[in-house]
Amino acid sequence: MYRYDEFDELLVRERVEQFRDQVQRRLDGSLTEDEFKLLRQMNGVYLQLHAYMLRVAIPYGTLSSRQMRQLALIAERHDRGYGHFTTRQNIQYNWPKLRELPDIFELLADVEMHGIQTSGNCIRNISADHLAGVAADEVEDPRPTAELLRQWSTLHPEFSFLPRKFKIAVIATAEDRAAIKVHDIGIRILRHPETGEAGYQILVGGGMGRTPMIGKVIRDFLPKQDLLAFVEAVLRVYNLEGRRDNPFKARVKILVHELGFDAFKARVEEEYAKLDGPTINADPAEVERIAAYFAPPAYETLPATSESFERHKQEDPAFAAFAETNLAPHRMPGYTALTISLKPIGKPTGDASADQMRVVADLAERFSFGEIRVTHYQNLVLPYVKLDDVYAIWQELKAADLAIANVGLITDIISCPGLDYCKLATARSIPIAEAIALRFADEERQRLIGELGIKISGCINACGHHHVGNIGILGLEKGGVENYQVTLGGDATENASLGERLGPGIDGDKVPDAIEKLVDVYLAERHENETFIEVVRRIGHDPFKAAFNEIVEGAARAAA
Amino acid sequence: MSVPKAAVKRPPLPAVLHANHVLDGDVIVWTGSEWSFDPQAALVAENDEQALQLEAVRDASQASGEVIEPYLVTVRRDEDGLFVPVHYRERLRTLGPSVRLDLGKQADLMGAQ
Repeated sequence: MYRYDEFDELLVRERVEQFRDQVQRRLDGSLTEDEFKLLRQMNGVYLQLHAYMLRVAIPYGTLSSRQMRQLALIAERHDRGYGHFTTRQNIQYNWPKLRELPDIFELLADVEMHGIQTSGNCIRNISADHLAGVAADEVEDPRPTAELLRQWSTLHPEFSFLPRKFKIAVIATAEDRAAIKVHDIGIRILRHPETGEAGYQILVGGGMGRTPMIGKVIRDFLPKQDLLAFVEAVLRVYNLEGRRDNPFKARVKILVHELGFDAFKARVEEEYAKLDGPTINADPAEVERIAAYFAPPAYETLPATSESFERHKQEDPAFAAFAETNLAPHRMPGYTALTISLKPIGKPTGDASADQMRVVADLAERFSFGEIRVTHYQNLVLPYVKLDDVYAIWQELKAADLAIANVGLITDIISCPGLDYCKLATARSIPIAEAIALRFADEERQRLIGELGIKISGCINACGHHHVGNIGILGLEKGGVENYQVTLGGDATENASLGERLGPGIDGDKVPDAIEKLVDVYLAERHENETFIEVVRRIGHDPFKAAFNEIVEGAARAAA
Repeated sequence: MSVPKAAVKRPPLPAVLHANHVLDGDVIVWTGSEWSFDPQAALVAENDEQALQLEAVRDASQASGEVIEPYLVTVRRDEDGLFVPVHYRERLRTLGPSVRLDLGKQADLMGAQ
């Protein structure tokens, strides 16, 4: 893992003192609320529905056991004993007091963490594949690239007041687990088809929110050493020409759309040609220094299969079910990446108690070289687990209510906090996620249905990624009542697509029925091994619309 | 200097004045003489004169920065005779997350019972 150098350390410590002073000046009246708001947002402090909220950056979703323990301590000492992992691999605390926030930042700085780049119109925390460094088919670990971008973007003077926020994600596999096509910039590390050299495919203009767009490839292959200059050219064009008259039209996707992709690309290339690459691009020695921090851990040489693992699967069906859904293939023989689901049936999605955080920290220390990943699906991953150890880990997870065998299944729902916490929300989303999970709680039925991503947002801003849910749910207000639109056919992977509405909005208590109808269509239509999204693509939306309409008409009859 | 804001439209009466506490962030209400964490302590404006009074407090406290984002919230009497916000968003604000009944003002209320 990356370790702070003296510059990182100084920057973060200075930030803590600056914030302490800003809070003091807010309290003695030297700063107005409007002035203070800008400053607190630069540290990830929001004011939400019931209280302040602090969002802590977890660069590329990588955490050490020590950091996780500190997050647990903060949850316990300064919050209400839990934290919420987000769709951008960060963690949020929902109840911090302003008077305690400087001390929280001090605790975070002690473990090389902070809230910079988690709010405001800057380049936000860089996200990455949660299987970085361990995915079997990876070109290289994408995290050195993400870390380079983090260092370049943190407090970048030119890009601290962009027209709107700017999100970047990095992957290094053909399979996209980081939703790069719905980021402002998506970066995929790939090999040049002729030379075999590693370089970057750069996408731009993806995003969700009220105007969802799939990103477009602006460079098929960018040599690695040119990354920062090229990204700077994109950001400069956006910063100069992005709209500042309307916050809803200020993201780079709108600029790309309004200028036209070809014109935008031409502007970027023109800007890139003008830039003095060597003064912007990182010194290769510095790039190597960063990459060295992500060297693989001291793996043991193991056989590809584990006898004890296979035996436990035979003996214990519950363990076999867990192993089937929660383990990912690993590049090293005898190892696996183990996902800890934060989607307990009927409970809020993405939340972990302080005790659970400590259990995960301990397990990581004992079984995964002290490293943990946060996924954009709001789960956690132990990335370097020996197959021999999976059974022991599972037993300890069970004791902590964390052995939930539903990764990738219908109850592994992404959900924003919605109106239960969020000031911007128009409807609640967590209760909808809970109700759906309860409806499909039966584990056998979940496995029968297979891979199906439901994503729920409590407002048009789409923090719950509903546009790219196989089934998406958007909570709105209609006549003073919560109302939910259902979309079909979204996909956040390398086959990215945006969902389309199935019909008029429905009441929250009808949502589980509607999901059940859609699942029934899928089960009736699917050929062997076809996933939900594959069936949607093959048969089209009409059969699903017809089934959804039965719910709409049923509700209308009941109301009449 | 902050930019002058356009006049805010008055919501239907009866209404109460909500804001957030600067240090704690919690939702607070105007009681007629001070700010309180207890939603039931709110002064309810039922006529124009009382609404003007709340609006004056809102504007003054906005200007002084003693609270954050003060605004008027329409309320109605519930079955128990208590004033509760009409809109579900504001009701949630005075209670806490519906998915964690152990948190927010609803938890204090349950503790008091």
